[in-house]
Amino acid sequence: MLNHIISMRDFSRDEIDIILNKAKEFEPIARGKKSDLLSGKILATLFYEPSTRTRLSFETAMKRLVGDVIDLGSIESSSVAKGESLSDTIRVVGNYADAIVLRHPREGAARMAAEYSNVPIINAGDGAGHHPTQTLLDLYTIMRESNLLNLKIALVGDLKYGRTGHSLAYALSLYHADMTLISPKQLQMPDVIKKDLKRQGAIISETANIEDVVGDVDVLYVTRIQKERFPDPAEYQKVAGSYRVTEELLKNARDSLIIMHPLPRVDEIDPAVDRTRYARYFAQSFYGVPVRMALLAMAMEAA
Amino acid sequence: MTGKPDIADPSSAGESKKEMRVRRIKHGTVIDHITAGQALNVLRILGISGTTNAVVSVAMNVPSGVLGFKDIVKVEDRELEEEEVDRISVIAPNATINIVRDFDVKEKYRVDLPERLEGVVKCANPNCISNTNEPVISKFTVNKKPVELRCIYCDHVISEGIAEHLI
Repeated sequence: MLNHIISMRDFSRDEIDIILNKAKEFEPIARGKKSDLLSGKILATLFYEPSTRTRLSFETAMKRLVGDVIDLGSIESSSVAKGESLSDTIRVVGNYADAIVLRHPREGAARMAAEYSNVPIINAGDGAGHHPTQTLLDLYTIMRESNLLNLKIALVGDLKYGRTGHSLAYALSLYHADMTLISPKQLQMPDVIKKDLKRQGAIISETANIEDVVGDVDVLYVTRIQKERFPDPAEYQKVAGSYRVTEELLKNARDSLIIMHPLPRVDEIDPAVDRTRYARYFAQSFYGVPVRMALLAMAMEAA
Repeated sequence: MTGKPDIADPSSAGESKKEMRVRRIKHGTVIDHITAGQALNVLRILGISGTTNAVVSVAMNVPSGVLGFKDIVKVEDRELEEEEVDRISVIAPNATINIVRDFDVKEKYRVDLPERLEGVVKCANPNCISNTNEPVISKFTVNKKPVELRCIYCDHVISEGIAEHLI
């Protein structure tokens, strides 16, 4: 069995803990300590959709471990533009590289790629579907900056379409986290997902007001509310404004509160919050590197 | 059973001939206890259309002790394939299959919804990789009660109107 990383649903809590602990071992290397663990290994990155953080942090992870990276280049200049199927591309690239990182606009693309690939597939986002490496780095951030056990977390923003929120909530349900879902009515988490979470052991409550819970949680996980989800721009402005995290809002926060965001942010978090003791979103984006180092090393069977 | 207008096939249920609405069949299959309203979808699964030459009887919304109401389909001179039975189980999980030979029920069994369905149902998510020209067969894991199909590719769950998604 290859070590594909497709969806958080494939991982048990024990397996997640193994990855997080492994990431901790890699953290000094992510900060600059020398290691040539993946020397001679090649990672292929196939990004059919734009990405900044995910692609750069995979490349950084690979290069800090002295591995090499090849990529498709621009989709327009590759065989994809000639109409090559994903399944063919995967079989070709699998002959060149030791693992493939894939981002694709179709849900389920990574799962299908894994069926065709002779090297591990790491899903870096499949449409509105999964983005497990983001979830793992979110969990790692919580482990490092707060506490995964007895966690009280509020997930804020677009919980209807946002894959980050779904995937994180699913993983946190394995830790029996107490989750408060905060979103405007039209962006509430779908019932089918809530049902799934409760079945896993999560404690779930819902509210539309961020003020209600800010003093009572360990983690405020903020996601972007996408303008295009609202037919009426005025409605968007109203909603976006009421979910904005400001210094004022944080007056009653616990000292130990941390604020996370998968980035990019638009205006969900006031830049003034960056200077507060609560902000962890830039640390969070750094933690993507040790987590992806651990995943690459495990996928390539070097760790 | 007096006053109970159940028309379950007498060859399978031992009802009196007087209560029969549809005649007994010599050879063929009686599909009983079909979820009410699904008989026409069962016909679709069996590839039976208006132009068929087969002798087919359909009873719909028949009062039934267990289900409240049920549909029944009888197809003469045909025994169903396992794959057809799997498809029927998706839309009528309580159906029973009676194989009749020489007016006798030779086999009788309840359909059994498999734990995994391949190539039977099309994913309802238009953006799923299984709905592209990639060489991929739709696959679902099955929750039996209530019937819910989860696409193994995109995780989309189909719980209502499953018949509309049959391939």
